[in-house]
Amino acid sequence: MTFSLESLLTGFIGGCLIGLGSLLGLAVSGKVPGISGVFARLLKRATPDKPWRILFLAGLIAGAFLVFCLGNPTHSVPGGRTWPVYVAGGLLVGFGTRIGGGCTSGHGVCGIGAGARDSLVATLVFMTVGAATVAAWNVIFSAS
Amino acid sequence: MTILRSCLILLSGALFGTGLALSGMTNPERVLGFLDILGNWDPTLAAVMAGALLVFSVGLVFLRRRGSGWADVPLPDLSSGPVNRSLVSGSILFGAGWGLSGYCPGPAIANLGGLHPEAFVFVPAMILGAWLTQRVAGADT
Repeated sequence: MTFSLESLLTGFIGGCLIGLGSLLGLAVSGKVPGISGVFARLLKRATPDKPWRILFLAGLIAGAFLVFCLGNPTHSVPGGRTWPVYVAGGLLVGFGTRIGGGCTSGHGVCGIGAGARDSLVATLVFMTVGAATVAAWNVIFSAS
Repeated sequence: MTILRSCLILLSGALFGTGLALSGMTNPERVLGFLDILGNWDPTLAAVMAGALLVFSVGLVFLRRRGSGWADVPLPDLSSGPVNRSLVSGSILFGAGWGLSGYCPGPAIANLGGLHPEAFVFVPAMILGAWLTQRVAGADT
């Protein structure tokens, strides 16, 4: 998929909405609304503040649902990525975001946005490893 | 939680989800295109991060100046934790999973709303991974 001025512009506007949602979520909940932490703490019995987490995730799904209904944006899974790949990917993302304490939103947006050094390091690491993984995939499966 | 607070939380999630879907970040092809720096690179994800960081960091400056969030909710601690082995090794595992699938947690959950079949495979696996990690590692994760 090639990028265009339009994809960059809608990307930037969408990014602003993500930043606004994160900011509002933080201001109202008093917690860092990184998605991996928001959902993972729902899995622990001892978590005292489950209601806002459920509402935030419900809003997340509803907001995306709205865009999918109104705009029907392009969606495609590039070659060879069958369901076992998504099982492995899901497990790795589940392990990694809990061990590393955040994901693209918690570290990438909230952490870096607050000037936290650990989040910058985490983001550089997962982006580099993500890029290396895609490069390795393309070599092994000789796609693109 | 008051009704107003509940509505605001719902709204914040909805803004986030709308932003993800609108920006193309729920599309694995876009995300993998960003990570494909050696191939046909797609910088859209960088534009998304720029927009998100701009709004979040400017807003945070105002919140910090104010000293509290909505209705005197105390602001969370956003200072840096240690840069240690678990931060790096966890981020390596996350990066590998992200590069395999083109999915990170936000888009994965948002894609349940798009009824995309791979999300219904990815999300349970992600929940299992997070649950197992928390079982093994204990309270601090």
